[in-house]
Amino acid sequence: MKIITTRRICQVFFLIVFLWFCVATTLGRQWWQLRGWPVNWIIQLDPLVGLATLLSTQTLYAGLLWGLATVVLTILLGRFFCGWVCPFGSIHQFIGYLAKHNTKTAHKVRANRYRSGQSIKYWILVFLLSAAVLEIAFELALLPLTRSWLFGISVLLILGIMIVQTLRHSLSWKTALSLFMAITGIWLALSLVLNETPAPSASLQIGLLDPIPLFHRSLNLILLPLVDRTALNLSLAPRYYEGTWLIGTIFIAAVLLNLAIPRFYCRFICPLGALFGVLSRYALWRIGKSREECMDCHLCQKNCEGACQPVSQIRISECVLCLNCLDDCHHGLMAYQTKPSAAGEIVAPDLTRRQFMASAIAATAAVSTLRVNGNIGPNWKSELVRPPGSLPERDFLARCIKCGQCMRICPTNVIHPAALEAGLEGLWTPILNFRIGTSGCQFNCIACGNLCPTAAIRPINLEERLGKSGYAEKGPIRIGTAFIDRGRCLPWSMDRPCIVCQENCPVSPKAIHTREHFNAVFTPKPLIVESADSTAIQLKHQSLLPDRFATGDYFCIIGEFGSGIHRRIVGNSAASLEISGELPFDSPPASGATVDIMIRLQQPYVEPQHCIGCGVCEHECPVGGKRAIRVTAENESRTPEHRLLPVS
Amino acid sequence: MNRSVKAAACAAAACAAGYLFHDSKGPAPSEERLPDVHLPDFSIPGLNKKMAIVRGEHRSEMLNTALKALGGPEMFIKNGDRVLLKVNAAFATPAILSATSHPQLVSELTGLCYRAGASAVWVTDNPINDPASCFELSGIAQAARSAGAKVLLPEAGFFKPATVPGGNLIRSWPVLYEPLKSVDKVIGVAPVKDHHRSGASMIMKNWYGLLGGRRNIFHQDIHNIIKELAMMVKPSLVILDGTTAMVTNGPTGGSLSDLKTTNTMIVATDQVAADACGAGLIGKSADDLPYIAKAEAMGVGTADYQSLNPVFVNGWS
Repeated sequence: MKIITTRRICQVFFLIVFLWFCVATTLGRQWWQLRGWPVNWIIQLDPLVGLATLLSTQTLYAGLLWGLATVVLTILLGRFFCGWVCPFGSIHQFIGYLAKHNTKTAHKVRANRYRSGQSIKYWILVFLLSAAVLEIAFELALLPLTRSWLFGISVLLILGIMIVQTLRHSLSWKTALSLFMAITGIWLALSLVLNETPAPSASLQIGLLDPIPLFHRSLNLILLPLVDRTALNLSLAPRYYEGTWLIGTIFIAAVLLNLAIPRFYCRFICPLGALFGVLSRYALWRIGKSREECMDCHLCQKNCEGACQPVSQIRISECVLCLNCLDDCHHGLMAYQTKPSAAGEIVAPDLTRRQFMASAIAATAAVSTLRVNGNIGPNWKSELVRPPGSLPERDFLARCIKCGQCMRICPTNVIHPAALEAGLEGLWTPILNFRIGTSGCQFNCIACGNLCPTAAIRPINLEERLGKSGYAEKGPIRIGTAFIDRGRCLPWSMDRPCIVCQENCPVSPKAIHTREHFNAVFTPKPLIVESADSTAIQLKHQSLLPDRFATGDYFCIIGEFGSGIHRRIVGNSAASLEISGELPFDSPPASGATVDIMIRLQQPYVEPQHCIGCGVCEHECPVGGKRAIRVTAENESRTPEHRLLPVS
Repeated sequence: MNRSVKAAACAAAACAAGYLFHDSKGPAPSEERLPDVHLPDFSIPGLNKKMAIVRGEHRSEMLNTALKALGGPEMFIKNGDRVLLKVNAAFATPAILSATSHPQLVSELTGLCYRAGASAVWVTDNPINDPASCFELSGIAQAARSAGAKVLLPEAGFFKPATVPGGNLIRSWPVLYEPLKSVDKVIGVAPVKDHHRSGASMIMKNWYGLLGGRRNIFHQDIHNIIKELAMMVKPSLVILDGTTAMVTNGPTGGSLSDLKTTNTMIVATDQVAADACGAGLIGKSADDLPYIAKAEAMGVGTADYQSLNPVFVNGWS
């Protein structure tokens, strides 16, 4: 079997595994549903997720350790992940093949030449990692003040490097000295300037462009809902996700760009590919010419997936190990070998020190600028209701990779990708929308936190969620508080009984209670008694709609407003009222007395100390558009500053 | 010449298409409605109204005792019958909180139906919380499966518009029709629960779970909607499980302290009588629940359950 066939089988295998895991990310007991499937495995294999969260949180969460396997293999073998594993890459390769397979060889060779723009992905990588490293960088800058001994060691180390460089004649004494002075001087100055600044938290933005979260997000939020309920039938009700236009546009653009240049995304944009490019520098085996005698026919470039110019000095950082050149070279020149290419090679990515610095500074500036908006601080948005177990916002943004796994697994479809509620930084992070979906956030559900690959939503257990056993002291996890909009609430504003919110409130005691209130019903004419017995009143005028007051919610009182006894009306005609036998008149009202019809209303009130913000009330509220009871993030457990009550 | 023929043909085709699709009036104001479906009558023909009230603490035993007192399950289930159990699976809470029909009752009833000759037993409800979660967490799905019954989760296609003759509220409103249309018998299985808006949620209120759409608008007229639901569904049998009654914080409950042990099971062919009797378990009377009188007035059943000469069995041995 040809090695290329092996590669294709491998690609198809991982693509199927990836698609399968997306399908299996469904809550339920069937064999094809979540159960024990390692549905995060491909995300965990993605070392950019591991590295970036390591930088932003200084920890490597659970299964992200898998990324080490990829890293070690890449260091030894080169960018095998891109050519053999990456499901997004396989899609690109296939579309690129479809677009170009009928064109002339010369055209293919031209399409697969190296372009200087391929260095853009390294800028992107540096940009994204710099945003993630912000917190560490800041601590490093403050080192002279916080841990001066460490600073001292670092200064000595720099001095040592300078001396060595000078002795090796790489630097002149003068340059070395000024460099040393500049570095330590700037470092010291920085620490003094930044001393009083509150520490910025890291911003994890790799999820925007990292192909694995991107592909997961696109599949979870768009492709699966599109095919679900057709042949697949994964969920009972159609799934909806807000703001899919942007996610879809980016996905389709990434796929269609292959029509212009094959593997466009991989070559120009992919930050994961860029990371592998950096890692492959010392690869033990690499593609190259085994001998020098070459016809320069450029056939090796005909199907070159990485556009790494194997024909001349091969760019190791661009080679995705598709191995097509091995097959295409008619002279058996190309080899995957331990020695460098006979035509020479370029091992380092095409990224200058200046570009590196520019990208890093741009990221620092961008994140700092966004933070001035105050989204994490005083300008927090109350509509940003996060899933139960979510970390405080600043830690959340240091972890969430926007992969959409929580949105996919949520059995009620209430978790949605945020638009700008969490600021630009929080684009596509999970936010709860109680209007969409089959119910609110289910009180007995902890699926999202237990699936989240980076613990942006913590893996809580049911006891913690419900505030039971060991968590009784803390009480249940609150994700927000329900507020009643009295201008829209039927019993409050329209004299109509309802209290669906109270009925459906799942906590005990209920976080919504009601107060009984009788409101006088407007009648065009005053209702004057003609005659009456113990349970019936005959009126002087015909003015009532028959049976309108027979719903069980209408009562009548005789005489002065508010002082009389409320008697339930069980029936009425145009000019008569029938009273329930429960409470007959001892002395029926006299002719000429006035009757007032009252509607009994139960007006809802929220008890904030019991409300957990689950949003079942909002979901069920019969005021269907903008609900009359809505949950916002006030009093959410994850942010003490958002507390609403003096005692929790 | 060739070109002008083609051009003429294209122009003619365009004109013809334009004329064919031309609509001078614009769309009519009201959209066409699907024809209403009619729910079959599932009551047992020729059977006098019957009722059994059993005291005890084990649901399975009480159910068996009650059915035996009414003449055995064969009185209600005939050979080859397809039976639908309309349970209360409204909330995604565990069975111990008694907010839903008890799984033990579901599995025992399923077994009884099969032993009486039923060819298929289905269990359904359109819950308030997420349907799949409700059936799983309440234990009803597991109970049904192990007893051989099929759980029908409400799919969009199951709902068809229905109108209740003589009703004002349920008019061309989506009703969980698909499971109902192809069964021979329907058994209502509901717990006894406090319900702040209507007073109590028992058998008649449990039919709310057959409604689709944004059914919560009917809470504005709760007693009439319960009345119309009772008019709409003519069950073969109803089983009101008052082994444990939810006396506070209903209908969701959420705590064991909301429950009271009432050790009663009511099995009847008259849903109004069952509810009238069940009201007493949570300290209410039929007068406290206007929907009972309303349903009685529409001829659904009788609130005076004693008039049915109910069989009392004290299951305590």
